[in-house]
Amino acid sequence: MFGNFIDQFWPSTIDGLSLGAIYALVALGYTMVYGVLRLINFAHSEIFMIGTFAALATLNAIGLSAPVGGLALIGLVLMLAVVAGLVSGASAVALEFVAYRPLRRRGASRLAALISAIGASLFLQQLFARVLIPWWFDLPKEKGALPIPKHFTETVDLLSIGDFIIRNDKLFVILGAIVMMIALDQFVNRTQLGRGIRATAQDPETAVLMGVNIDRVVSATFMIGGVMAGVAAALYLMRFGETNYFVGFLLGIKAFTAAVLGGIGNLRGALVGGLTLGLIEMYGSVIFGSAWQDVVAFSVLVLVLMFRPTGILGESLQQARA
Amino acid sequence: MTDNGNGKGNAVLTKTAAAENGGNGGNGGSRGRFAGLGERARLRAAQSPVWARPVVMALNLVFAPFGVVADVLRDWWSVQGRGMRWVVYGLLVLFALVLPSDVIGDVMSPHTEWQTLLFFPIGGYILLAIGLNVVVGQAGLLDLGYVAFFAVGGYTMAIFGKYHGWNFWEILVVGVLIAALSGIVLGAPTLRLRGDYLAIVTLGFGEIIRISAQNWDYVNGPNGISGIPHPPNLSEWSFPDGQPWEFLGVAGMSPFTYGALDGRPYYYLMLVVIIAVIIFCKRLENSRVGRSWAAIREDEDAAELMGVPTFKFKLAAFAIGAAIGGAAGVVYGSQATSIIPNNFPFILSATILAAVVLGGSGNLPGVMVGAFLVAWLPEYFRGLAEYRILIFGGALVVMMALRPEGILPSRRRQAELAEGTGGMGSLGAEVGGPDTHAAAVEGAK
Repeated sequence: MFGNFIDQFWPSTIDGLSLGAIYALVALGYTMVYGVLRLINFAHSEIFMIGTFAALATLNAIGLSAPVGGLALIGLVLMLAVVAGLVSGASAVALEFVAYRPLRRRGASRLAALISAIGASLFLQQLFARVLIPWWFDLPKEKGALPIPKHFTETVDLLSIGDFIIRNDKLFVILGAIVMMIALDQFVNRTQLGRGIRATAQDPETAVLMGVNIDRVVSATFMIGGVMAGVAAALYLMRFGETNYFVGFLLGIKAFTAAVLGGIGNLRGALVGGLTLGLIEMYGSVIFGSAWQDVVAFSVLVLVLMFRPTGILGESLQQARA
Repeated sequence: MTDNGNGKGNAVLTKTAAAENGGNGGNGGSRGRFAGLGERARLRAAQSPVWARPVVMALNLVFAPFGVVADVLRDWWSVQGRGMRWVVYGLLVLFALVLPSDVIGDVMSPHTEWQTLLFFPIGGYILLAIGLNVVVGQAGLLDLGYVAFFAVGGYTMAIFGKYHGWNFWEILVVGVLIAALSGIVLGAPTLRLRGDYLAIVTLGFGEIIRISAQNWDYVNGPNGISGIPHPPNLSEWSFPDGQPWEFLGVAGMSPFTYGALDGRPYYYLMLVVIIAVIIFCKRLENSRVGRSWAAIREDEDAAELMGVPTFKFKLAAFAIGAAIGGAAGVVYGSQATSIIPNNFPFILSATILAAVVLGGSGNLPGVMVGAFLVAWLPEYFRGLAEYRILIFGGALVVMMALRPEGILPSRRRQAELAEGTGGMGSLGAEVGGPDTHAAAVEGAK
């Protein structure tokens, strides 16, 4: 059991980091929305799912015949990330407009908002499962058959030190996540809109009095969360080479776990939490067997919330929770 | 509905007091209430973006009369004496007894067998919703993994019934106890958390239970357990042929013989459990425990300061909710004869929660109506079977935008929700700007 763990330490570390990087990007969406609205955007997982399909559609439109590598791959991934980011960002804004804004206007209870979120999540999942996927991929409706795109990357072993091998796609995912994270951090800390977001997270009432346009801040928050999820989706597609209509569900819960683990509302916490969760999950699946991977992740969630509910880095985008 | 013309400044307490007096705050007769409908619909519509206003107004006009009818019924009920109430209880039970009749079935369920449908999902959802209502509606704790306790009950039935040869009644007791225990085991470490954190931990717990069942060889992993015994027959007695039994559709049926074909005995079994649970919950609601739950739901810190042992009562709510879920699981397992881990997906938790919230959390009749609709509508519209979850999801969003308090809310809960208290606080009430609900009502004066 543990011998296994030592043998596979380095490979599972790399796997864990690349998985964790995706969690971290998705976790940003949860963390931003939670920071500003104190709401678990339950449908965020579906925003991610939409991103994977946007990337897939782009890929199909390009119509690659052979796996690409090198600079071409970098360009391709960038393009997918841009398209998926835009589509996901736009969907997130639309989601806020339809599912949350009417409730927010009325100051409805957060329980109602959560139910609305669950409803939106089901709606989007089923929209893809029953309507869009069959229409798009010409599949019979009765079949739950899911489109699985071909791997489009030429996997190259970049570095190898002894048994320790880093593949290019995994490295890409990690680097991509870090770049996005830095960009976001700068955006939130340096720009005017970023300042508005921070102000709203800290004290909405005062922010309004100071002339912050709350509706714009909320839209921007959803937009950013959506873009991050879209980029994560493009990286996910490259890394795992498959998607389906429920791809977001489990990943979404885990990304939320990552957000909580790092300290919800804390942007850097999302990165720390994501990478930590990815590592724990991979190590856990080596030690206990891959069937228990998800149980390990959820157990981590329960344990973190029991012993350190504010997460590793604490909550910082906001005050203490209500 | 009762806060017509009340501003935001009017404290919850005032409204709750009015609600508890059983009156409707001096709102005049039912005619006055109907007259206000158009105005209220217009107000609600005024809060929406311009393009959505006609739709919002129309939908509000469709929904609002239900609320008024419910109000009239409730006012009538609140002034009835004991005798009249018992007559109504009797009529309701009688109605439940003849419900499986084919005459009703032909209307209600043209596509599937009505009797089996009545047992599960309808009966099962109602029982689960009543249990979840204790946790969500009464104590204000958001549980997204409620299906875990249903699974615990189902697997208890399967393991003890098949592997150990116990009979149903023994297992019902054991299953309820084990489920309650699992509620305590989950609750003890997690109930310090509030709101969404609790929601996500319970969601995680629900998934842990399901995935564990999938990986556990003792319960055959993903294949589940089949050949679960039916309950032992209580009696071979059957209704005689001829009138009036023919008319009621029960002629020749043995209500206490649990076979494989006839769904009705199971329905009656479920009915007995449901009635017992309703009595239990109703008694609790009006007891010290129920009042403590209400206090915790409205303001946990205040409750703690006033000397309510909040942790103890939250744990009790969890355990009781879990026990009811467990009972539902045992009864379900005894009819289904085989269960697999995928019988207990997250979507079931979400559906039951939706039933509670749609119906009006905190109000037993409302919750039951919600559960009935959530279980029955998709079966009725079998033609749209493919799109039913799609429609269900959309309906949730629309419903929350138009009537977040549910179809038949408890008055107290309604007042709390309007104030943004009631367990989770409000969503951005403070950032709503000049066009929040309270402001709109205030401006209309």
